[in-house]
Amino acid sequence: MSDSGTNKDQKFRNKPLQVESRSPLPEEELSLPQQARSKGSYSFFASLMAIITGLLVGVMILLFANPSRAGQGLLTILKGGMTGSPTQFGQSIATAIPIIMTGLSVAFAYKSGLFNIGASGQFMVGGVCAVFVAIKGTMIPGSVLWIVCMLAAIAGGAIWGSVPGILKAYFKVNEVITSIMMNYIGMYLVKIIIEQTIYDARYARALNVPVRAEIPTLGLDTAFPGTNLNISLLLCLIFCLIIFVISSRTVFGYELTAVGLNPDASRYAGISSNRTVIIAMVIAGALSGIGGFMMYLGGTGVYMETNEIVALQGFNGIPVALLAMNHPIGVFFTGLFIGQITIGGENLQLFGYSKEIIDMIIAVILYCAAFSLIFKQMLYRIVSSIKKRRQKTRGVGPQGPGRYTPADKKEVSS
Amino acid sequence: MSKNVIEMDHITKRFGNFTAVDDVTFHLRQGEIHALLGENGAGKTTLVNVLFGLYAHEAGTIRIKGEPATLKNPNDANDYGIGMVHQHFMLVQNFTVLESIILGDEPTKAGIINKGKALEKALEISERYKLAIDPDAEIRNITVGQQQRVEILKMLFRENEILIFDEPTAVLTPQEIDELMSIMRNLADEGKSIIFITHKLNEIQKVADRVTILRKGKHIVTLDVADTTAEEMSELMVGRAIDFDVDKPEIERGDVVFSCENITVKREHSTKNAVHDVSLEVHAGEIVSIAGVDGNGQSELVYALTGITPPDEGRIFLNGHDISKSSIRERTEAGMAHIPEDRQRFGMILDLSLANNLVLQTYYQPRFQKHGFMRFDSIRGYADELIGRFDIRSSEGAGSMGRALSGGNQQKAIVARELDREADIIIAVQPVRGLDVGAIEYIHGQLLEQRNRGKGVLLVSFELDEVTNLSDRILVMYEGEIVADLDPDQTDERELGLYMAGKKKEVGHV
Repeated sequence: MSDSGTNKDQKFRNKPLQVESRSPLPEEELSLPQQARSKGSYSFFASLMAIITGLLVGVMILLFANPSRAGQGLLTILKGGMTGSPTQFGQSIATAIPIIMTGLSVAFAYKSGLFNIGASGQFMVGGVCAVFVAIKGTMIPGSVLWIVCMLAAIAGGAIWGSVPGILKAYFKVNEVITSIMMNYIGMYLVKIIIEQTIYDARYARALNVPVRAEIPTLGLDTAFPGTNLNISLLLCLIFCLIIFVISSRTVFGYELTAVGLNPDASRYAGISSNRTVIIAMVIAGALSGIGGFMMYLGGTGVYMETNEIVALQGFNGIPVALLAMNHPIGVFFTGLFIGQITIGGENLQLFGYSKEIIDMIIAVILYCAAFSLIFKQMLYRIVSSIKKRRQKTRGVGPQGPGRYTPADKKEVSS
Repeated sequence: MSKNVIEMDHITKRFGNFTAVDDVTFHLRQGEIHALLGENGAGKTTLVNVLFGLYAHEAGTIRIKGEPATLKNPNDANDYGIGMVHQHFMLVQNFTVLESIILGDEPTKAGIINKGKALEKALEISERYKLAIDPDAEIRNITVGQQQRVEILKMLFRENEILIFDEPTAVLTPQEIDELMSIMRNLADEGKSIIFITHKLNEIQKVADRVTILRKGKHIVTLDVADTTAEEMSELMVGRAIDFDVDKPEIERGDVVFSCENITVKREHSTKNAVHDVSLEVHAGEIVSIAGVDGNGQSELVYALTGITPPDEGRIFLNGHDISKSSIRERTEAGMAHIPEDRQRFGMILDLSLANNLVLQTYYQPRFQKHGFMRFDSIRGYADELIGRFDIRSSEGAGSMGRALSGGNQQKAIVARELDREADIIIAVQPVRGLDVGAIEYIHGQLLEQRNRGKGVLLVSFELDEVTNLSDRILVMYEGEIVADLDPDQTDERELGLYMAGKKKEVGHV
């Protein structure tokens, strides 16, 4: 890092430093939730900028590949699953559901300062636990079977998440390394479990999940015929809300945030970072596990295969979380968005573009998402310069700088 | 009269609708040491940050060596030969001392850093200015005081002509301060021009040629130091008379509230212990100071006593109970308060709001939570109360981010939090480091009040004024051991200085 780099960094960080000696003014005071809201809107627009920039580059790629149909191509991407075909709509939702859950997992772990790159492993282990219970749990009544399957997935994912958490807490092993390794261990474990217990040798995959174990549709599939919808999306939203409440409203969320932001100060304050880190990873693992449950018990004809590929849904959760700036509710929408454009990308093939182009465009959007912090800073600067200009035109009135007369201020220690 | 190297005329800098620097004119002459004096938030740091290219000013002109200058970033400042030692060190934690010194100005040979040459030059400077360093030590392993030396060396390494010292003496011993003063004098005599930001009036009197006093962003006056007195300067700075004498009533000292026995902390990769066999006692209604040069085991001792890094040997007692094996939270609940040395690393979570920082140790208690949910309204109410009572200033009250508070107000917030818990023993490490006269007076007053109310205070300080003014008893720490146990009325700065430098040891006390 160059010297000027550090200083520039400092410049941004120090910005509000001198606003210090001003006494708080009631008119200007923002309540905590209000503050969070204004911060949230910066994040929202920053994510939007990332998406728009990504799409612009996408158009350039389309133009480069086949200029004559680029316009149609862009429309197709934007339309995504909303082409009027219920099947496609259903597909885009089905694509979104697992990555919302893994995205939530990554976002939650990140809150405590951990990078959960092991969502894939947790996802697969959770999935296989759910599928195993679905197939072998013949003595469990059909009405609760799906819930038992979900609990099994939660357990599987949680155990898989806990290992890197424990290693991080007690042995200071970097969670990135351990969770990546857990992906491979998980993948082969899944293969062994399937092959030993629930193997369908004809197709080299797990047996069909019995219909009675599938996630209930609550009539959604008949209300929206052809979509194959079930209550998973609703569950996703509920989980996002729960995680949001946990991280922003609870004592545990406070500890999590404190440990994530400053482990030293947390230790000084007597917060057990070991406990926090482990619980955070257990919950993150459980969330990914639920993603696996939703994927394989959704009745969408997806089977657990034994083809030695680490599930991509786990890795795709990382950009979902990034694009949402690790906001639990944001994750819900960025997951849906990526589900949308993934289907849109497949439709691109209608115009003679190869399917891979959408992968490139998604990649660019995600690439921009990684820069979302920069977008956020840009927004912050633009907004504050606009504010400043407004103040200038307003002049020195009761709202202007003239309000701070020395007499307004109390002495430091009178 | 020598010519001006810097002319800052009518500089104004606003943040939002807060005017941090208001129409300030500041001229620096060739070869002079020009002190900038003012309280926290008076605009000193903002003013030099404008000069250093960190902030863009709204109004006014800057001329450097007679030429109009626009400084957009620190690189521009560097091109003009302006170097700065910052208040909060800007060092890369896992770099070595040498790497930090040469960072940004690496002597290279065919694109590869010529470490040998760099080392030679760095050692030569370090020797010339008597700033002893270990070039291979990592920044994160050296003390705050040593880090500051690195910052100063960094600036000297670049051969800057205009040097800005932002509170450079805050962590040095009297002897080191004297050395630094003579270094600054030498530099000025060699023709370098120095801007010296400080709160310490005696340093200004010792070394500065002129002083510019700022108050609430405004230029109050520029004086020749020889023509003024400390009293006059402090009055001009604060806007009222300051009482330098600490009012310390005689009170009956109570029972022992806090003690430790034979504390030993081993050092990694060294046979020499960081803390060696330290035993001490603090009575109720007593301020016990640990004086000493930074880096003689004080930090490690405090970490051991507070549980941040448990000691290798020894036992700790609080109110008669053995807390040697207790967790930090158990110690806190047993009645220990800790004002940490590094307020940004340990004392505060900078990206949490002030309100959330004020409940850092108490957030889980029933008054702040219900069934695992935070009671933000009562946290807010509590924060507002502390903010009012301890006069913690910020732009957005309890909702301000910790980062947005000035150093002095961060420290006030920590002091407020720690003292409000009604702890029986308050372990305060450098509680007024980098603060201005007003805030120092205030925090010292708070510590004294705790003592007067029968609490025990263990004060670790590198500043002799603080030690001699506040203490009922002074312990001196040298190379991990307590080498003296003195009555402040029966000793003086010279004697303390000798103990601190290891030149003297108390008989029978090893």
